[in-house]
Amino acid sequence: MIEIQALNKSFNGNQVLRDVNLSFKKGKVNMIIGQSGSGKSVLTKCVVGLLKPDSGKVLYDGQDFFAISEDERREIRKQMGMLFQGSALFDSMSILENVMFPLRLFGEMSPKEQMERARFCLQRVNIEGKENLYPSEISGGMQKRVGIARAIAMRPAYLFCDEPNSGLDPKTSIVIDNLIKEITYEFDITTIVISHDMNSVIEIGDHIHFLYNGSMWWNGDKRDILKTDNPEINDFVYASSFMAELKEKLRV
Amino acid sequence: MVNLLTHFGSYFILLRSIFRRPQKVEVFFQRLFLEIDSLGVKSTGIVALLSIFMGAVITLQTASNIDSPLIPLYTVGYAARQSVILEFAPTIISLILAGKVGSNVASEIGTMRVTEQIDALEIMGVNSASFLIQPKIIAAMIINPFLIVMAMFLGIAGGWMVCLGTGIIPTEEYLIGVQYDFKPFTVVYALVKTVVFAFVITSVSSYHGYYTRGGALEVGVSSTKAVVYSSILILVLNYVLTQTLLI
Repeated sequence: MIEIQALNKSFNGNQVLRDVNLSFKKGKVNMIIGQSGSGKSVLTKCVVGLLKPDSGKVLYDGQDFFAISEDERREIRKQMGMLFQGSALFDSMSILENVMFPLRLFGEMSPKEQMERARFCLQRVNIEGKENLYPSEISGGMQKRVGIARAIAMRPAYLFCDEPNSGLDPKTSIVIDNLIKEITYEFDITTIVISHDMNSVIEIGDHIHFLYNGSMWWNGDKRDILKTDNPEINDFVYASSFMAELKEKLRV
Repeated sequence: MVNLLTHFGSYFILLRSIFRRPQKVEVFFQRLFLEIDSLGVKSTGIVALLSIFMGAVITLQTASNIDSPLIPLYTVGYAARQSVILEFAPTIISLILAGKVGSNVASEIGTMRVTEQIDALEIMGVNSASFLIQPKIIAAMIINPFLIVMAMFLGIAGGWMVCLGTGIIPTEEYLIGVQYDFKPFTVVYALVKTVVFAFVITSVSSYHGYYTRGGALEVGVSSTKAVVYSSILILVLNYVLTQTLLI
């Protein structure tokens, strides 16, 4: 379980996160939503340690991530997998090598076992027969799936997904959403997804955290978010005419 | 001034994290050999071409500027050898490599930074600075002395070819000059400079790439800065090392 306590972060006097408190549940898809500039990405970067907060704590199973040594932090990081917005696959490596990379560096497996595990992960995200292609030779949706395969290769306890659907068509978005959901339940992972795609929120979100101007504004499950009267959330959730019409129909 | 000190501080902090024990020795050696190929072996063509022509030009210019019959003809070979070994091979070739290798290293690491590949390494628990930069620095420090020795031979050979082709001085006189009053320490001096310059080229370029922020435009800026600062440092250190080792 990940707990965040009284987290603050500012850049050049501009406070981006204000006293954020929340917890991410194990075996669930925890979603962080909010408008652009609300602090979602900064919050995630603080949680994974790419940014150091000005104050506050990030606890991984009770261990304060910023109070431990660099080596201890690296040990926790070995339990993390992350799917980046732009996939962040290594250009110089083939798809198979990308997925094998963490196994080569940290795993105790033989080269044959590494390859089998990498192939299993690629099969799990429905990629077969393209192992020797390079990231530049595959589509954006496929890159995301390879990113997921690489993220789960080391059997992570925590999976972070930064805007997993950005730049993808609706059909591919659903494929990626479903994969994230299935993998979370199948491997009992604590998954944290940053998104501003309401379809994804409704589709896969178990627990939703709404950030507004850097503050934790609301949290609850997906049924609650559709019913809440909170004006800031309604502005965000029902921003599109489709969702507004849906709300009217639900009222009727 | 504050900005300069900040850069120095960040550079030394980066160096400290670069020279940590590699996570897996086997993976480190694989990367080391790849870098030796990428930074060194793939530069042999340009180094060879430059060396031959530079040696040829030095010989032509020296020969054409000696008018006095009191100066022996072998002086041309002697001057060509000294120029090539002391300055041309270690310094000029290092400046060329700062342009070729430095921009390559900075843009490679800078692109990895802006496309979040370095963040991906960090999240996996990899010391990204050590993983990416350490093999480059060590590879350059190993392979550059070989390139420079090759440049020395080819530079001198270039001068000999000019003598052979144009007859500007007899080749026998040139070869006597090349062997005249040879001090092996000049080669040691040249190799010490080469190793220091190799460290400067790779570490300064990696530093500029590693701290790139933004997008494609900033990668280009980092690449330019890498070449400019590496070149300036090479020239300054060239003076310092010459003063220290030869005077």
